[in-house]
Amino acid sequence: MGFWSRFFRDKLAVTGLIMVAIFFILSIGAGLIAPYDPNLIDVNNILESPSIAHLFGTDELGRDVFTRMLYGAGISLKVGFVAVGIAVLIGVVLGAVSGYYGGWVDILIMRLVDIMLCFPSFFLILAVIAFLEPSIFNIMAVIGLTSWMGITRLVRAEFLTLKERDYVLAEKTIGAGSLRIIFIHILPNALAPVLVAATLGIASAVLTESALSFLGIGVQPPTPSWGNILTQGKSVLGVAWWLSFFPGMAILLTVLGYNLLGEGIRDAIDPRLRG
Amino acid sequence: MNVKKLIATVIVTCLLLACSPDNNKEHMTGGAVNDSPVYGDVLVESSIGDASNLIPMLASDSASHDVAGYIYNGLVKYDKDYNIISDLADSWDIENGGKLLRFHLKKNVLWHDGRPFTAHDVMFTYQTIIDPKTPTAYAGKYKLVKSASLIDDYTIEFEYDKPFAPSLISWGSLQILPKHLLEGQNLVSSPLTRSPVGTGPFKFKSWQSGSRIVLEANERYFNGRPYISGLAYRIIPDQTTQFLELKAGNIDTMGLSPLQFLRQTDSQHFQAMYKKYKYLANAYTYLGFNLQRSPFDNINIRRAISHAIDKQEIIKGVLLGLGEEATGPYKPGTQWYNPDVERFDYDPQKARNLLNKEGYKDSNGDGILDRNGKPFEFTIITNQGNPLREKTAQIIQQRLKTTGIKVNIRIIEWTVFLKEYVDKANFDAVILGWNILQDPDLHTVWHSSNATKGGLNFISYKNAQVDELLEKGRYSFDDKVRKQCYDNFQKILSHEQPYVFLYVPYSLPVVSSRFKGIVPAPAGISYNLEDWYVPKGLHKYQVVP
Amino acid sequence: MLKYLAKRFLLLLPTFIGITIVCFLVIHLAPGEPTALQTELNPNITPQAIGQLRTHYGLDKPLTLQYALWMKNLIKLDFGNSISSDERPVWEKIKERMPITIYINIAAMVIIFLVAIPLGLISAVRRGSAVDRSITVFVFIGFSIPGFWLALICMDLLGVRLGWLPISGIHSPGYEHLSFIGNIWDLSRHLTLPVIISAFGSLAGLSRYMRSSMLEIIRQDYILTARAKGLSERTVIYKHALRNALLPVITILGLSIPGLIGGSVIFESIFSIPGLGKLFYDAIMMRDYNMIMGSLTIGAVLTLLGNMIADITYSIADPRIRVG
Repeated sequence: MGFWSRFFRDKLAVTGLIMVAIFFILSIGAGLIAPYDPNLIDVNNILESPSIAHLFGTDELGRDVFTRMLYGAGISLKVGFVAVGIAVLIGVVLGAVSGYYGGWVDILIMRLVDIMLCFPSFFLILAVIAFLEPSIFNIMAVIGLTSWMGITRLVRAEFLTLKERDYVLAEKTIGAGSLRIIFIHILPNALAPVLVAATLGIASAVLTESALSFLGIGVQPPTPSWGNILTQGKSVLGVAWWLSFFPGMAILLTVLGYNLLGEGIRDAIDPRLRG
Repeated sequence: MNVKKLIATVIVTCLLLACSPDNNKEHMTGGAVNDSPVYGDVLVESSIGDASNLIPMLASDSASHDVAGYIYNGLVKYDKDYNIISDLADSWDIENGGKLLRFHLKKNVLWHDGRPFTAHDVMFTYQTIIDPKTPTAYAGKYKLVKSASLIDDYTIEFEYDKPFAPSLISWGSLQILPKHLLEGQNLVSSPLTRSPVGTGPFKFKSWQSGSRIVLEANERYFNGRPYISGLAYRIIPDQTTQFLELKAGNIDTMGLSPLQFLRQTDSQHFQAMYKKYKYLANAYTYLGFNLQRSPFDNINIRRAISHAIDKQEIIKGVLLGLGEEATGPYKPGTQWYNPDVERFDYDPQKARNLLNKEGYKDSNGDGILDRNGKPFEFTIITNQGNPLREKTAQIIQQRLKTTGIKVNIRIIEWTVFLKEYVDKANFDAVILGWNILQDPDLHTVWHSSNATKGGLNFISYKNAQVDELLEKGRYSFDDKVRKQCYDNFQKILSHEQPYVFLYVPYSLPVVSSRFKGIVPAPAGISYNLEDWYVPKGLHKYQVVP
Repeated sequence: MLKYLAKRFLLLLPTFIGITIVCFLVIHLAPGEPTALQTELNPNITPQAIGQLRTHYGLDKPLTLQYALWMKNLIKLDFGNSISSDERPVWEKIKERMPITIYINIAAMVIIFLVAIPLGLISAVRRGSAVDRSITVFVFIGFSIPGFWLALICMDLLGVRLGWLPISGIHSPGYEHLSFIGNIWDLSRHLTLPVIISAFGSLAGLSRYMRSSMLEIIRQDYILTARAKGLSERTVIYKHALRNALLPVITILGLSIPGLIGGSVIFESIFSIPGLGKLFYDAIMMRDYNMIMGSLTIGAVLTLLGNMIADITYSIADPRIRVG
């Protein structure tokens, strides 16, 4: 059975794919679906509760929350994707090299991890913002560049165990190249924790973005993101539950979707897992 | 379900009975209280931030100054109508056209440790604040003193080179420190930074970092012991939490947000527990232009932008209507405020006409005005952490867009904002606020000599006439002369619009209704805290915690 | 093994110095300066005062000299004084807030491990069942629900409406007069919500790692062998599989050791807990260089130790792993 047929037989995986797909379609089609201008301020309609006119209510400046959620989806999904992509790439490569070769390579990479774990990334972000423009892309890159250490350690740990497995030893004796062993034979087996880290990472990147908005170094107003809608919702929780409920739900569904999708992909790659 | 609910109710009732017997007393004695001032009870205040240092000249945060304000005294102070009245000084003489100030001090004042207060303490405090080794940011005004001399134990003189109008009240903001405890000590590492000894109505009792500060009534206070036995400051960094604590009755007073004031405090229960107050705050918010940058060096452009901004919309959107339009740097309704200045009502047509006159036309039909092929686009910056300013920026952005000006917004973290943008005059326009001080002297903000790097005139406002008025007002002790100076000053500012003065918000404090003796006045409510009392029978706390 | 340990130990010091140099440079070169807050747009403050304060804090010295001075003090285990209005020794300020932070973190960590590992295990063993699905949804709700939201709702419900638990802070008024036991009870009541809510948010990570690692193990040959030998499912799972599945957990535990002195600013603010998270956050916002360096140094030591312990435990737990 091929990858796709295995994948599509997994109901949960398909659900995950559909959830993620819906969010992507919504974010791309925001301009078409959205009933209002996302930045249209209406001071006579501040914090109106959800109604037919405003499905998700209005925010502190009377803007339509549903519209802003749609537009915000793009940014929030992008942040998660790019930041986690960078982190996973660095983390997997360094972790694999470190775990597979061991010795001084391992020691050096692991000391780099130690240094980076202590790195005051907030200041790096500040410096980047001061010298470059505060574009959301720069911010995503910085988040990615400063959050790969956990993945590196996890991958390395997997490699330490896996490289002693019989099938790897067998490959070595028949003279397979290191790269081939690393990427073809060990890596797919070491991906499980990476997938978990990546799914969780996407969600935490969305939350990191909101923390950055809160510090004034995220997306700039009036651009909406789930994170900054949520931040706004905090100060008015007693009056307007909808301002934190809907972005919270959106983040939950995104995380769930990515997670189901991720686990589905892993299962489809490796049929031995089934059952 | 019902059984569960019943059990829950029983448990709650038991807990209530067990934990807070005083609460019940309050209900039982509700109507029949004897409404005359008595000693006792504790006022629990809440503060967003912890104090840092209770030697006020070393502290730069408002929490420290708030707490220290009850522990120490200055020589003079403001009364409820902002008249200067006696505090540690019984009386004073202003001689030589204002060049000489002589204070006659009160003789019955004791430090909290029982030692008498004398002019030596005043001298010591003065010498400490001007000492270059003292890490204080407030030495400026006291360095203007040419010489200080002790006449006797209860009389002290300060001589100035030039008469300096705000000099008298500057001796109110200098809080007098005890010489006998600090002389020869390293001020910075003195134990008094954490357990102060003052002359004020309240004595320091305890301080748990980040958690609470407790003061108790000074039995020997020279104006008589305050009625309230204690003040407890609870440090609650989150305003939503503060409000929950308020609703639960665990704190007695806080400042409400407009939203809380209008939408969350109308229940009968709340109205019975608390009394809300509302008065204009001593602060205004403005949009300031960088006058060194084109096109903001052009008065017509600035005036056009003022006409394109709808201040009422901002007040409605940001303050939910709980504020007033600002027209200048003084508080509406106060002594120095000049209502008779040019007004800039929202008038997009007028704005566009002015812009057209300056050569801005929408020649490519994209909705944005342009001149010489360049669209009219600029960036408003403001600091992170102030949602009101962020919202103001967004409302201005939308309004200017309808007039044909494209505005970008940048929110910048505070220290970066100051160091890289404000100090270096690296901005087009900035949204910020100023506190409105009681003395009208605004030399530091508007005089051209302060348009330096790091100076407060960071928009580089330079007007010879204004310079002259500010100097005249600063060096005159005649209120009539000063009033005239500052009236004209406001007229010029309004005409030139270097700032678009936006709004003065309302302060919206709420105080537990068991406290009596609160008399709202121009100075707010807390100026007479020593006179607040809780009628017998309503006392909630028997001991100072 | 011994040789490896020796190598690791020898490398600790250069790594540590490397960390301090990098951190020192980054925080000093990043825009902003400590005095900025003290001189925040106050009409009563003159530009001269700013210069005076810079000199007072030694900020006018060259960066290399500042670092050398800092290092010299550190050798004497002195982190210097806070560059803020109070100028108290950095260590004193940290020490004051350390117990409550560690107490909360350990409590949360214990709950997380006690709940997440069984959840992950059940999830893996009962893979694809309704139980697995419910657990998945449950932990992800915990992960993605905004912490402040849950916190404020619980505070409103349990604190204000029902009055079962205190709303915020760590002590009731007048706690000084309570007995020792009463004090512990009072403290525990105050910390119930913060600990449970922060643990709820962290269940997802650990339980998912546990689940996936368990799934990997179950399909391994030796598990199949064990099954084939006719060992009971219980023995297979709990004796053979669990032990191996816990390996990645060690890495995560190692990674979370520095977190012992960390704390979420948002949580500490909402619950008014005077913890280290808020202290460090404020230090960063005020550019209190000495306080930031102090916290980074302590964090660095814990990180280095945590990682080393994790590596060593790892090789002990799985002797097949040849380290170094």
